[in-house]
Amino acid sequence: MTAVLPLDLAMAALLSWLGLGLLGFALGGYQTLACRAVFPLSTMGGLLLAAAGLWASTATPDVLQISGPFPVLPWSFRLDPLSGFFLILLGLLAAAVSVFATGYFRPLPAAALRRLFLQYQGFLLGMGLVLLADNAYTFLVAWEIMAIASYFLVVTEHEEEGSRRAGFLYLLIAHLGALAILLGFAVLAGVQILQGGSFAAMMQAQLSPFWASAAFLLTFFGFGAKAGLLPLHIWLPEAHPAAPAPVSALMSGAMLQTAFYGMLRVDFLFLPQAAEWWGPFVLLVGLASALFAVLFAAAQTDMKRLLAYSSMENMGLIMVAMGLALIFRAHGLNALAALALIAALYHALNHAFFKSLLFLGSGSVLHAAGTVAMDRLGGLIQRMPQTAFFMLVGVLAIAGLPPLNGFVSEWLLLQAFLLAPALPQSTLSAVLPLAASGVVLSAALAAYAMVKFYGISFLGQPRAHLPVHETGRWERSAMGLLAMACVALGLFPGVLIGLLDPVIREMVGQGLGQQGWLWLTPVSAQRASYSPVMFLFGIALALGVAFVLVWWRFGRPLRRAGVWACGFPLRTARMQDSPLGFVEPLLRIFRPVFQLRREALSTAAPRLGLQLGEPVTAYLYRPLAATAAWLSAQMVRLQQGRITVYLLYSFLTLLLLLALLR
Amino acid sequence: MAANLFQVLQTLLVLLLAPLFAGYLQNARALLQNRRPAGILQPYRDLLRLFHKESIIAEGTSWLFRATPYLLFAAMWLAAGIVPILATALPLAPAADVIALVGLFALARVFQVLAAMDTGTAFGTLGARREMLVAAMAEPALLAALFTASLLSHSTSLSSIVDHLESLRFALHPSMVFAAAAFFMVLLAENARIPVDNPATHLELTMIHEAMILEYSGRHLALVEWAAQIKLLLYVGIGIALFLPWGIAPAGDLAALPAAAFWLALKLLAAGAVLAVIETLLAKLRLFRAPEFMATAFLLGVIGLLSYFMLGA
Repeated sequence: MTAVLPLDLAMAALLSWLGLGLLGFALGGYQTLACRAVFPLSTMGGLLLAAAGLWASTATPDVLQISGPFPVLPWSFRLDPLSGFFLILLGLLAAAVSVFATGYFRPLPAAALRRLFLQYQGFLLGMGLVLLADNAYTFLVAWEIMAIASYFLVVTEHEEEGSRRAGFLYLLIAHLGALAILLGFAVLAGVQILQGGSFAAMMQAQLSPFWASAAFLLTFFGFGAKAGLLPLHIWLPEAHPAAPAPVSALMSGAMLQTAFYGMLRVDFLFLPQAAEWWGPFVLLVGLASALFAVLFAAAQTDMKRLLAYSSMENMGLIMVAMGLALIFRAHGLNALAALALIAALYHALNHAFFKSLLFLGSGSVLHAAGTVAMDRLGGLIQRMPQTAFFMLVGVLAIAGLPPLNGFVSEWLLLQAFLLAPALPQSTLSAVLPLAASGVVLSAALAAYAMVKFYGISFLGQPRAHLPVHETGRWERSAMGLLAMACVALGLFPGVLIGLLDPVIREMVGQGLGQQGWLWLTPVSAQRASYSPVMFLFGIALALGVAFVLVWWRFGRPLRRAGVWACGFPLRTARMQDSPLGFVEPLLRIFRPVFQLRREALSTAAPRLGLQLGEPVTAYLYRPLAATAAWLSAQMVRLQQGRITVYLLYSFLTLLLLLALLR
Repeated sequence: MAANLFQVLQTLLVLLLAPLFAGYLQNARALLQNRRPAGILQPYRDLLRLFHKESIIAEGTSWLFRATPYLLFAAMWLAAGIVPILATALPLAPAADVIALVGLFALARVFQVLAAMDTGTAFGTLGARREMLVAAMAEPALLAALFTASLLSHSTSLSSIVDHLESLRFALHPSMVFAAAAFFMVLLAENARIPVDNPATHLELTMIHEAMILEYSGRHLALVEWAAQIKLLLYVGIGIALFLPWGIAPAGDLAALPAAAFWLALKLLAAGAVLAVIETLLAKLRLFRAPEFMATAFLLGVIGLLSYFMLGA
């Protein structure tokens, strides 16, 4: 009898998810029973997984090998602090989302529900396995399980053409990415790839600078496709909104982070000798993605599409932080790299919580109002007050406002940027603060987009007559839990940073050390300090005192009356800004980015519509597709339909091969 | 103990002085524009009058609308305890460095914008979107200016920045000159002053801040107005701390207090005069010229940063 290890615990959690998928498939006929049994148990599995991840940060990494169907290709698993951190993220997120799913999926018809259980649990399992894999073979198989399960979840509403298109696009880009990752692993592992390409071998590999850069670029492309970085993001705003809300939450919150996990493992553990240009490259791609995505997020009129673009923006910011860490590490400044990495990991966890909260809230709105098109919503805060409150927390968090969690990671990132003068290279240290301004711009625009998201759909007057009702108990508890997580991560950053210490040490050999729970001082108290608890306490105290004083001295009863609006008597819902109207200034200022097309929707009733186009599609994918189509058309000429011509082709090919092989 | 005394003293001073500063500004502007001023105490009278009036809640608004005035005021109150206006190293100062202060102002702004959207009127959303636009454009410029100061003093804590810059008596920093210009432009934009916004207008084409608070009345309006006055004073205070830090007392040093108060009064008088002159000389920009204004501010901030790296000062 050997002692139980964190890895065993994690594997048990993953197996329980597999079992629950099968159980759900069997029980699918009894919808209520199946939902109430499978999803809460799946929550337990998530908590177990998070516990395993937490335990792994203090235990020594352990390894598990299982021989697979092919003797030379073993299944291989390993749990180290880096995997542990992402397991915590996945486990907690899966726990909260499963609580939500208990109520959300109950109205599904039996057949759809059966399939959904398998796909949902398979998706969770795939993500868990990706994080535990210890060789290229296991990793890629898990990566495929994750991709295929999520593909089926994206096309849940396969009766709709848009959904199928989104699924196809997703599958296509996911496989382009997987191919690039496979090639990258092949470069890293060399001939070892034929034995499964163990990660231990990759860590030992001595690559020449050229091949190291090749491996870096291939994996960055592959993981970047999953992370939705420019210009590979086009699947993201289609696929995330098409899936049911809990799945969108998992895809944005956890699946995107598996891509980040892959990049961290490859760039920091397999390729310790980074070339100098990697960091600026990653930073630039991240910043471009973030700015591009935030502009498009602001311009969306569908709640879930807006959130999908915002996920892309957040991945961009995480890439900026990772790029900064790569820059610092390339110049041997490991302590500063640690700070930037903490900002990146912190933001990954934050994003998992607030984005899933917002996606779940949009799902509640979809169930309650029947639509997430913002030009039909408005005033939801009156009819679904609790959902509206939780969403407000999520919106404030994602807008990067203190004392919530989004601000902490942003603050850490800016602190890391301010340490750029320590770099020996003067051009780089002079340009980096400009990149920081870009980060600030994207954060400020994100606040714009999120204010629009909340203000248009939850505040003001309803834009259409919809029978809105508050969402169910399960849904509200899940959102409440996530909102609490956002607050807790915002108030006690020191705790999480302490937890991250072993992860950071694993990657750059140095950590920030333990922080107190009250003060956050990443470098020194002289240099910068921030205390969210004091901050919140200060505001709450001032708020209370101001309220009591004003009531005591001037507390006349309030009176409700019609709005004044400068004395203008008419007030209809149409007089409020439409979702596009609210961002009209942005559309005007950043006109070249948006492929705007005005068109009359009908000639009978003159209404103008505004079409937003993706410049990436117009300038990259369309020409690419056109070129491919042209090449294929040229190839048709080879097809003569006469056997003599084909024999000639074979003969010429043979000659060519002989000439080459000689 | 003395430090805590300073904390209370400064917080109260900022809260109570803000309407006076606003009154001084109004007076100076009226004199410059050949109008008869209403007296320097007029803002106090206005606030008191509003506090005594009945507050009307617009129909169809939620709790957000009612909570926002208190929240705005509380946020400014907290900021008043952090910015080193009278003294550095206040006990509350480490709770938020300059980036967190910007975050605090952003928090207040987002609540104000949401409250405006809560009214569900054309004016409310109009003001909301303009405010978010101006803020989104102004924040990078603001951070560029603040970064210059923090790079120079190796700190983002306002107290440390003041201490460091004070120790460099009369050393000329070209980077700080550019940063000061950028900061000043942002100050005008963020506080709804001419040329970005006009605090004295109710024309729909021009208003930003006023459009957002149209539906407030009575004590709610009083709190919103008071918070705006405190915000202006705080911004001027941050500007003084960054660019003219001489004379700010260390917390707890009672002997330095009179001198600090004297210097503060002098600097505020000068700052108010400069603001009044600018608001008299300039006209309000068209809304779509405002991004250009902010882009200029950002460029100045960038020049400041670059000159720091090139000249090392």
